[in-house]
Amino acid sequence: MSDGTFGNPQVIEEEVDILFIGGGMACCGAAFEIMRWTEGTGLKIKLVDKAAMDRSGAVAQGLSAINTYIGTEQDPADYARMVSNDLMGITRDDLAYDLGRHVDESVHLFEEWGLPIWKLDENGERHDGSKGLPALKDGGKPVRSGKWQIMINGESYKWIVAEAAKKALGIDNIQERVFIVKLVNDKNEPNRVAGAVGFSVRENKIYVYKFKACLLAAGGCVNIFRPRSVGEGTGRAWYPVWNSGSTYSMAAEAGAELTMMENRFVPTRFKDGYGPVGAWFLLFKSQATNAIGETYMTRNKEMLDDYPPYGKAAVPASCLRNHLMLKEMKEGRGPIYMDTVTALANLRETLSPREVKHLEAEAWEDFLDMCVGQCGIWVGENIEPEKKNSELMPTEPYLLGSHSGCCGIWVSGPTDVGAPTAETESGAPAHLPSGWNWGYRSMTTVKGLFTAGDGVGASGHKFSSGSHAEGRLCAKSMTKFCLDNKDWKPELDTSVDELVAAIYQPVKTFLEFKDYSTAIDVNPNYITPKMLQFRLQKIMDEYVAGVATYYTTNEHMLAVAEDKLEMLKEDAAKMRAKDLHELLRAWENYHRILTAEAHMKHIQFRQESRYPGFYYRADKNFVDEENWKCFVNSVYDKNTKKWTCFRRAHKDLVDKSKLFAPAKH
Amino acid sequence: MPTFVRTEKCDGCKGQDKTACMYICPHDLMKLDKDGSDTGHAMKAYNQEPEQCWECYSCVKICPQNAIECRHYADVVPLGGSVQPLRGTDSIMWTIKFRNGTLKRFKFPIRTTPEGSIDPYKGKPDADMSKIEEPGFFCQENGFRAGDRSELICL
Ligand SMILES: Cc1cc2nc3c(=O)[nH]c(=O)nc-3n(C[C@H](O)[C@H](O)[C@H](O)COP(=O)(O)OP(=O)(O)OC[C@H]3O[C@@H](n4cnc5c(N)ncnc54)[C@H](O)[C@@H]3O)c2cc1C
Ligand code: SF4
Ligand code: SF4
Repeated sequence: MSDGTFGNPQVIEEEVDILFIGGGMACCGAAFEIMRWTEGTGLKIKLVDKAAMDRSGAVAQGLSAINTYIGTEQDPADYARMVSNDLMGITRDDLAYDLGRHVDESVHLFEEWGLPIWKLDENGERHDGSKGLPALKDGGKPVRSGKWQIMINGESYKWIVAEAAKKALGIDNIQERVFIVKLVNDKNEPNRVAGAVGFSVRENKIYVYKFKACLLAAGGCVNIFRPRSVGEGTGRAWYPVWNSGSTYSMAAEAGAELTMMENRFVPTRFKDGYGPVGAWFLLFKSQATNAIGETYMTRNKEMLDDYPPYGKAAVPASCLRNHLMLKEMKEGRGPIYMDTVTALANLRETLSPREVKHLEAEAWEDFLDMCVGQCGIWVGENIEPEKKNSELMPTEPYLLGSHSGCCGIWVSGPTDVGAPTAETESGAPAHLPSGWNWGYRSMTTVKGLFTAGDGVGASGHKFSSGSHAEGRLCAKSMTKFCLDNKDWKPELDTSVDELVAAIYQPVKTFLEFKDYSTAIDVNPNYITPKMLQFRLQKIMDEYVAGVATYYTTNEHMLAVAEDKLEMLKEDAAKMRAKDLHELLRAWENYHRILTAEAHMKHIQFRQESRYPGFYYRADKNFVDEENWKCFVNSVYDKNTKKWTCFRRAHKDLVDKSKLFAPAKH
Repeated sequence: MPTFVRTEKCDGCKGQDKTACMYICPHDLMKLDKDGSDTGHAMKAYNQEPEQCWECYSCVKICPQNAIECRHYADVVPLGGSVQPLRGTDSIMWTIKFRNGTLKRFKFPIRTTPEGSIDPYKGKPDADMSKIEEPGFFCQENGFRAGDRSELICL
């Protein structure tokens, strides 16, 4: 085969049984689990990642906590209850419960592989993970920074998890630096996936994969809203800037049913550096205050009464905590502060001298392990947390399904926890399954297409450990699916030539028109991916409840956004790519646009404000339990380029009333 | 806080095909300027899109010459501070310099096993195909929480 050129890439076609798209926590879990189940079956497996697995995905930088560890003292039902309440009642208990019973298995593996996990000794003193105290699986006691979180020394978390995955799969079955652009449906069965196509960001090569089954776990979606920083700091997003909605957009184009795409996460973080607040609240027992030192959660606590029952739980839903904070900001009592000074002073009084010595290091480690940029702010502004408080700020919105959000893809759940098997709401297109399980665990409504981690909607709070475990659940059921479809042969519904032409169109556009104007970036025949992204961010920020409007929108603003997004989508066909790096940016931004559009359509469809503090529909500024305690789901038609939104009934599989104290009156 | 490469320290990973920083950056930012046409410094790496940098420090930690540092982003942070790691095989050392000159040093463990030593299936059982449709993974690490079935109200 001759080497490709920029204008004429080499095309590599490969047929496997199972393709993993992504090399993050979910796909690493799948890689580990699948090789045992498929041993001796002859099934061929391949993993493609746009980056290098050692540092790809949301855990690239490391983490300082594992946020989901059930332990022996809690029940998976408690976990499902917590997930549900934090996400304002609309989650799939079957998915959360199933995750809750499996997740600790992955945590125990991480520790075996070498991840240092903090422990409590017999005197209740805490030690970092290098101390050699008994492993969790042998009864070692983790240091809980909250009910569900445990502390780790996690700088090399991803490196360790990737090492196990790479060893399991074998290097020959891994292709790094390939960005998957689209899934391809089967020629004979339109509601089935048969392939995927992408390109190398290092060589002029296009990869066309055919397969029986595919795990699409390419993370969440970042940078669809104008970020608070717009200069060099644009890349310092809270969630990883390189996860661009590939999971949601590619699944949607393949025909998969999405769920809860109206949900978003607007984390309150240390201002500008986006440093995590969890350990500060939970481990260091710090308070957040307004500018004059009042704790807004106390000052504004009656605002929680507006949102029964979700405001009444011991820990009110995350969005409601934002809601109480935004009142302070809007009424001019900002800045908001994390009172680190008082918190650290208080701790000094209760801890042993040895622990106090470690206290300062712990505070820094929390950032150094997962958000070094926050330390950059601290050193630049001379902030020592024991001497000076730091500002907090709600960020721009993010779309994700594994952290504290629940947008994503509608998947088949476990069959043994009492999930509904029929649909009681009308309106779902007839070709879609009814009920919450239709055969293979974690399969989407498109045959052969599976997802995990940020991809699975209507659950949330899986975090790193849960995403890994969820990938493992996929591995098992994908094996079963492939064995059940052993003789099935994938056939692509689009010719390879057409696929190749579509993927390299931005290159073609550039080569064709680059000499039309003297300035390479300003040319009426094309748009740079960067400008396309700016336009998307401006639309979303100003009309779809970004920071510009304090997260507020209404039906009129959404209608404007709808028009503007449609034209943006048309213009995406005119993106240019002057090199492979820009081709990557072009397709990332295409994925962002579709994801953004789904978000907008869902907010438009849901006639209420389900997540006060994350977004407000000013024209429907209430939670309507009677009419809207249901899932909003959607499908996309790649030919007409239109979305169809519809409702699915919600049902509790565990008793949520246990979360709430009896009513006061 | 985008990364920058110190001209006198970077050796272009000795002319190898793949430089360490290009290999690792999750966002495809680090680029080797082979002929110097982009930067005026041939065979040295640079960050080709600083405003997309997540400051994840993956490139900083992996550079064999310690040539990569961060300059906190200029649109947000006052100049003068620095946060620089030295990542070893079992621990990482951080040197933290404030704008006002205050210095702090921290060392944290990063892993408890030698790098490259993971043997994923050592001591693990084979998968039991008869259980492929039941809950649970192929190996049990004492972490499966069967749960109290009476909590499930629709059974
Ligand atoms: C700042 C931050 C703090 C967090 N804190 C914690 C914490 O304290 N504790 C905790 O447990 N969890 C935490 N999390 C959450 C955790 O990291 C995620 O839940 C988890 O990584 C999600 O796993 P995933 O596999 O779905 O996605 P990821 O791990 O993000 O993996 C996505 C993968 O897809 C690849 N990819 C993307 N697009 C494409 C494409 N088109 N083609 C090919 N490959 C592609 C990426 O390179 C990557 O390999 C945090 C995350 C962040 C960002
Ligand atoms: S890893 Fe370091 S030495 Fe190698 S090219 Fe990059 S900056 Fe230069
Ligand atoms: S800090 Fe991270 S995002 Fe920035 S250039 Fe280095 S590896 Fe890339």
